[in-house]
Amino acid sequence: MAVILDLLVQFCEMLVVLALAPLLAGYVRQLKARLVGRRGPPLVQPYRDLLRLLRKEAVLAHSASWLFRAAPYLVFAATWVAAALVPTFATGLLFNYAADMIAIVALLGSARFMLALAGLDVGTSFGGIGSSREMMIASLAEPAMVMVVFTLSLLAGSTQLSFIAAFMQGPGVGLRVSLAMALVALIMVAIAENARIPIDNPATHLELTMVHEAMILEYSGRHLALIELASFVKLLLYVSIIACVFAPWGLAVSGQGGGAYLIGLAAYVVKLAVAGLLLAVFETAIAKMRVFRYSDFLGSAFMLGVLATLLLFVSRVT
Amino acid sequence: MTLEALLWCVAALLATGVAGIVLHRHRVASALIYGISLAASGTALFLSTRALLSPASLGASFSLPLGLPWLGAHFKLDALAAFFLIVINLGGAMASLFALGYGRHEASPGRVLPFFPAFLAGMNAVLLAADAFSFLFAWEFMSLSSWALVMAHHRRPGNAAAGYLYLLMASFGTLALLLAFGLLAAPSGGYEFSIIRQASPAAGISAVVLVLALIGAGSKAGLFPLHVWLPLAHPAAPSHVSALMSGVMTKVAVYGFIRIVFDLLGTPAWWWGALVPLVGGITAVMGVLYALMQSDLKRLLAYSTVENVGIIFIGLGLALAFEANDMTGAAALALTAALLHVFNHSLFKSLLFFGAGAVLASSGERDMERLGGLIHRMPRTAAAFLIGSAAISALPPFNGFVSEWLTFQAILLSPALPQWLLKFLVPAVGALLALSAALAAACFVKAFGITFLGRPRSEVARKAAETDRWSSAAMFVLAALCLLAGILPGYFIDALAPVIDTLTGASLPRQEQLDWLTIVPIAQSRSSYNGLLLFLFIALAASLAAEAIHRFASAAVRRSAAWDCGFPDPNPATQYTAGSISQPIRRVFGTVVFRARENVRIPPPGDPSPARLELRLRDIPWDTLYAPIARLVEFVAERLNALQFLTIRGYLTLVFGALVTLLTVLAVWQ
Repeated sequence: MAVILDLLVQFCEMLVVLALAPLLAGYVRQLKARLVGRRGPPLVQPYRDLLRLLRKEAVLAHSASWLFRAAPYLVFAATWVAAALVPTFATGLLFNYAADMIAIVALLGSARFMLALAGLDVGTSFGGIGSSREMMIASLAEPAMVMVVFTLSLLAGSTQLSFIAAFMQGPGVGLRVSLAMALVALIMVAIAENARIPIDNPATHLELTMVHEAMILEYSGRHLALIELASFVKLLLYVSIIACVFAPWGLAVSGQGGGAYLIGLAAYVVKLAVAGLLLAVFETAIAKMRVFRYSDFLGSAFMLGVLATLLLFVSRVT
Repeated sequence: MTLEALLWCVAALLATGVAGIVLHRHRVASALIYGISLAASGTALFLSTRALLSPASLGASFSLPLGLPWLGAHFKLDALAAFFLIVINLGGAMASLFALGYGRHEASPGRVLPFFPAFLAGMNAVLLAADAFSFLFAWEFMSLSSWALVMAHHRRPGNAAAGYLYLLMASFGTLALLLAFGLLAAPSGGYEFSIIRQASPAAGISAVVLVLALIGAGSKAGLFPLHVWLPLAHPAAPSHVSALMSGVMTKVAVYGFIRIVFDLLGTPAWWWGALVPLVGGITAVMGVLYALMQSDLKRLLAYSTVENVGIIFIGLGLALAFEANDMTGAAALALTAALLHVFNHSLFKSLLFFGAGAVLASSGERDMERLGGLIHRMPRTAAAFLIGSAAISALPPFNGFVSEWLTFQAILLSPALPQWLLKFLVPAVGALLALSAALAAACFVKAFGITFLGRPRSEVARKAAETDRWSSAAMFVLAALCLLAGILPGYFIDALAPVIDTLTGASLPRQEQLDWLTIVPIAQSRSSYNGLLLFLFIALAASLAAEAIHRFASAAVRRSAAWDCGFPDPNPATQYTAGSISQPIRRVFGTVVFRARENVRIPPPGDPSPARLELRLRDIPWDTLYAPIARLVEFVAERLNALQFLTIRGYLTLVFGALVTLLTVLAVWQ
């Protein structure tokens, strides 16, 4: 009986993630439009776009193989499962134990691997440019992410997000320079991973600097809808990771009952709203970078992660 | 009993090699030789698996009156040997299965058939040997038989040079191992492992033995900067032999290192745990960076072997660091990670080399710049190669991820180490590991994407045909094992427990009784991973999404020309190439590591001549280490050349002078 209830809560969480992800994207878009003085599309525009795409036929290039058709489903599934493993409104849910932070990052890596292959499948120059740059960004972002995980695991003694969140809620944390550095590094990685400004511009098309959009240029119809949805979910996932580690307030613990879940959900929505606002302001205030300055950006994220780890050793001694 | 049966398998393989010499012109020779090899390796695989799973049968020893008259040849089957026997014979059986089909393409079977079973026999003998003489003899036998296989296509440009370099490096490595065993056996001259194990050498001697073992085994395994021969020699051999050399023989080298350092040498010093992971980390990153720069598919795979050997040595080094500080639980975790990666790498590297072999057999091409679009022509090979690529890139839910995840978990235990150097170094090694994992994904996006996806870049790629059933069967068995070891890692970790227990005195908690088959290396509150759940959920979510969308939204598909921003070009040369897809990474890392220089020459306006891009990469270890040594040897040989043309008086004077000098030295010595 308890298992069935746990399963139900877990499925609710997965549905919440799926339902909120396009809303977050629409919210950020609207805020950005407002910040530059436009009215912007309504909040529900991403849902409308997805539905419209889903109803359309899919156009495949003559040279597209089965991999091109399978990739959107696999990318979506891997991203969605990864999102189900991150505590959003409650910790300790049934599947949280199936993967720790390293495995979640690697699962997103699986999704990226399939997408990069799909970019190469049709055999166009745009697909290739997107895939090769995406893999370059990933190779720089992943070590930085590992250093962040290292810092957190040094502090919390765990790489499991539920336990890290519980530790951060506890009294033993306090304000630490290391944590601030890890937070900045994590945000930089999240920006790079989600193809946001200054690494990539989610709003551009037909521009040589695009990365993510170039990779999926050949997609249309339902395939495109799934990839778009997956990228919405990925943004939500990174926001959730940052929120659950650095702002664990209001998180319900599994088995506390409906009331706690509702509070957790409300807190979660507030956190998303704040994160979306910050993202929109940041993206409006900053210009996009040249491709070969990415290494500087992600290199500094990596160095911040290293410094966070080293400082932790030093502060332990004194 | 099991040990004797295993020795009979070795004898059968040797006899098959002899039969290969006699029969190689015969029409059925290929099928016969590979069939017997398959049977012998399969039997050995069965026997060693049974031995590892029922540890009561381990520990048997046996000696034969061969080799040195006062020593004899000793053989022993312990848990470590049993585990590596499984790796070797699984690889051997699969290579034989693959070769049942692939071997038919061989132009000169007489150069391959005798040596293939001999190579397998040599590797098995190394693992069973229980004294230094038999070990080194088997080691050399393995090296020489694989050298003969590397030279099978000796007329192809570059292969003779590759074979020469391999012979040099193999001799050098064996020399280092010979010295290591000499030091280990020094006081008593006892060359049996059981006697060596009891001696406890002085700290200085131990340090020298460690370095010698690292050089000797490391040069065979491909540790940076001793790897130079590997990416030349492994691809030169026929593809099923490449798979054996890369997937399996490097593991024999790892076995040699473990046997000497963990088993024979006794308690490690803490700085070993700094040296070995650092070498491993540098090897991993350099290996994958080199791999990314290649356009030859088999050479890319060979460099990727260097990377994976680096990952294995990271795990081994961490185990040394923990063991030196009496943290047996952590040492057990690190060693489990390393050994699991040994097993995993043998699976996916053999699979990938088989795939490359199938491509080579059907198109005659190894150069990715002339391949492309093979997923349409060779769907089975493509599917198997895709699974291998995902597994080697450490992507869940495949097996490569499990062993790298365990290595990370071991790295995360490093703050408990007391030495400050280790505290700082091990996280840095962790960053190197993460970097190499991410670069490996990029590397295999390139390998799979350029070879199998896109549009064909040449006529041979357009006309390629699917490979035969034997080859496909070998690839699919390995692909299935990659998935199985990825989603049920608990069983594989449990099977390793007796090996870990004999080497470190501890082992990981039993995994198979845990709920939902999760793996928990230390404690639930620290970390856990469940590949099975991930796999099931991804499969479920993907099929649910597909089903729902096809039913309720749209299932219509229209074929059309590619969009490509409105300017599709039918010429396949407009696609990304093997060189261009790694260009961003070359710009970021290559300017330092390879001193990469790009030179673009664009003709002035109005001049119709094509623009040219010149790219120069330098191989730094070759230029700074090997080339000077080669020059020195050449210089000395030039000088000594004059000695060939002396008169008879000159020679007599020389002999007399040498005699007087030696006698003087002797007199002074005493």
